[in-house]
Amino acid sequence: MNDKQTPLLTMQNLQIEGLSEDRWKPIVKGVDLTLGKGEVLGLIGESGAGKSTIGLGAMGHVRDGCRFSGGTVHFDGIELTGATRETCRDLRSTRIAYVAQSAAASFNPAFKLINQHTEFPVRRGLMQREEAQKDAVDLYRQLQLPNPEEIGFRYPHQVSGGQLQRAMTAMAMACRPDLIIFDEPTTALDVTTQIEVLSAIRNIVEDLGTSAIYITHDLAVVAQMADRIMVLRYGEEIEAADTATMLNAPKEDYTKSLWAVRSFKAAEKAPVAEGQMPVVSLRDVTAQYPGMAQPVLNSVSIDFHADRTVAVVGESGSGKSTTARSVMGLLPPVQGEIPLNGAPLSLDFRKRSKQELQAVQMIYQMADIALNPKQQIKDIIGRPMTYYRRLKGKQLTEEIRALLADIELEPDQYMNRLPSELSGGQKQRIGIARALAASPKLVICDEVTSALDQLVAEGILRLLGKLQKEHDLAYMFITHDISTVRAIADEVGVMQQGRVVEQGAKEAIFSPPHAPYTDLLLSSVPEMDPAWLDRVLADRAAARG
Amino acid sequence: MNAILHELRKVPLTAKFGCAVVLFYIFVAVFAPVLAPFGESEVVGYEYEFWSAVNWLGTDSLGRDMATRMIYGARNTIGIALVTTMIAFAVGSAAGFFAAVLQAWVDQVLSRAVDVVISIPTLIFALLLLTIFGASVTSLIGVIALIYATFVYRIARAVAMGIVVMDYVEAAQVRGEGLWWIMRKEILSIAAPPLVAEFGLRFCFVFLTISGLSFLGLGIQPPAADWGSMVRENASLITFGDLTPLIPAAAIGLLTVAVNFIVDWMLHKASGLKT
Repeated sequence: MNDKQTPLLTMQNLQIEGLSEDRWKPIVKGVDLTLGKGEVLGLIGESGAGKSTIGLGAMGHVRDGCRFSGGTVHFDGIELTGATRETCRDLRSTRIAYVAQSAAASFNPAFKLINQHTEFPVRRGLMQREEAQKDAVDLYRQLQLPNPEEIGFRYPHQVSGGQLQRAMTAMAMACRPDLIIFDEPTTALDVTTQIEVLSAIRNIVEDLGTSAIYITHDLAVVAQMADRIMVLRYGEEIEAADTATMLNAPKEDYTKSLWAVRSFKAAEKAPVAEGQMPVVSLRDVTAQYPGMAQPVLNSVSIDFHADRTVAVVGESGSGKSTTARSVMGLLPPVQGEIPLNGAPLSLDFRKRSKQELQAVQMIYQMADIALNPKQQIKDIIGRPMTYYRRLKGKQLTEEIRALLADIELEPDQYMNRLPSELSGGQKQRIGIARALAASPKLVICDEVTSALDQLVAEGILRLLGKLQKEHDLAYMFITHDISTVRAIADEVGVMQQGRVVEQGAKEAIFSPPHAPYTDLLLSSVPEMDPAWLDRVLADRAAARG
Repeated sequence: MNAILHELRKVPLTAKFGCAVVLFYIFVAVFAPVLAPFGESEVVGYEYEFWSAVNWLGTDSLGRDMATRMIYGARNTIGIALVTTMIAFAVGSAAGFFAAVLQAWVDQVLSRAVDVVISIPTLIFALLLLTIFGASVTSLIGVIALIYATFVYRIARAVAMGIVVMDYVEAAQVRGEGLWWIMRKEILSIAAPPLVAEFGLRFCFVFLTISGLSFLGLGIQPPAADWGSMVRENASLITFGDLTPLIPAAAIGLLTVAVNFIVDWMLHKASGLKT
């Protein structure tokens, strides 16, 4: 079963091209890859490196607007690049399965989980319906889903993101495939959930002796999962080696730079002077969504000072984003005050004056949906200047140019572009520029780096640090990524179930003793050590007794 | 210039055919007085004359030249249908965006009102209203635009609902932008492709409804020429094996097919698929 020497999948000089502006441009430029039976291969690289394209190529599939332009893909002796639809269809789901990044977007919302799970084994005649359902429940149990007997009879929206991701892994296992492709299966999850999904995936892959290709941009994650790691950049292999060698002795400079990213740290700042007026603060803010019995925020108090960053951490559903929405006035609190420079703000943004709106600006997580795709860059960042500061004509153009230079984008080159003509990191820079264009006092950064690759994210963090100093900004930095907090925060607030459970200077929070929840959060952050996952799971099992 | 030519080469054959037909119709409609051999309602011979060198398509029940009336018919039928569709779209999309942005009771009131109008069969409702307001061109345009605005409203609202949840709309709202600005700058630019595609489709329906009403005698009034009533006036010729009444019918059919070819192409472009 675990014969890792026998190749299951081989790619030879695989080339894939994509249609862009009427020209075929290479996406994958000749990649060689061999995957043994029962082996787990990690593919890492920045976005645009061709990871997902190779992953889909292993199934003999290319995205719309792409084509195989050379090389071969052999799966167990069958050539896939030129295979007919029928051949591919017979292989997919029965012998090759795919787990997508966003399970929420990949399940059909109109069918119960178990009916989607059993569709393939039943249709392919591998099992009877009852048998397939029993098998599904077994898989749910193995993946440690709560209530395995019952959970399959729910609809996708009735289970959490982490559970859905595990249900999708179970579905991929339904026909006991030889190969599963995991395309960033935990990227959208927060750390405490990620650890559960990771251990579940790893156990089931080991138990069933399945081969896997694990695509991710998170090095620490791939270190836990893979036997071997391949680093990709611009559609080419940089290097490949087994996990231990790769982590301890990377050969190429690019790989080393990927490894080194986590070292970034903002300069230390003196603590805020006693009695200094915060720019914006929350005083005992309690908020509630209409029609819900429980408040989502429970007497939250945080102060934001000029030139300081307060990181708000916690898992999804802990009330981080809700806190931001309350400050913005999008969800008016039912109790409490939000003073701006000492004078209470209207709790509803519709009742705030222009100056009050101007003072608090937000940078969104997904730059893709935060920038109007039909507006040019100069309109996106020019509008707040016209609206708040009444800039016009030449003065406006000059300000836009200065701001673009400030966020390190060449003004002449980017002024007239549309967001779709920018990379992910550049889009996020435009998001930052739009917030800055209003000359705010407090900027709320809602998970601004979580959709970005590490190298790009680091650039954004550096930029935010620089801008903070230049413009004397207060930041509220919402994130679930602890390494980001270490890099940028001055103060930290840890949130759980709508309450701030621990709050204080960064050093105080990160040095023991921790509050129990902070401890769970900190210990869930993946480390580069391949033995980390085993160790954490063992520790937790021991703690449970 | 090269880029435009290159773009044109990628247009599928069906869409090229559609464009050619539509351009031909527009040409005929615009230059009707030049192209037509006789006056619009001029009596030039006996009734129901057969095709000849003078009267290319024969004459109708009053001895008017069929070819001439076909040409003027293009002008009336297409012109009125176009104006009607444009009004329907202006009113329908504005109301739809309005409902999507404001939601709450505005949405409820508008949507329920639209539900009421939609629940009455189009043609019967149009007949009823035209009987009340009289069959003038203005009331024809008003009534049909009102009815079709309800369909446009539903689409515009659905499309805008998907747009207002985007962060960039929220960003504009929190910035303090007014309703008009948000509708115009943030929503319309994104909603335009599906609405344009819908425009083509609805234009056909409006066109067919007007022809249908004319056939029933409540549409464009004589002596103005239009294709719908030309089918009705000459229908009896079919019994004598004369195909002439089918020609205005074919003109209606051809335009509908052509517009739909163009719409298909636009929908494909808006879908973002590359193959």
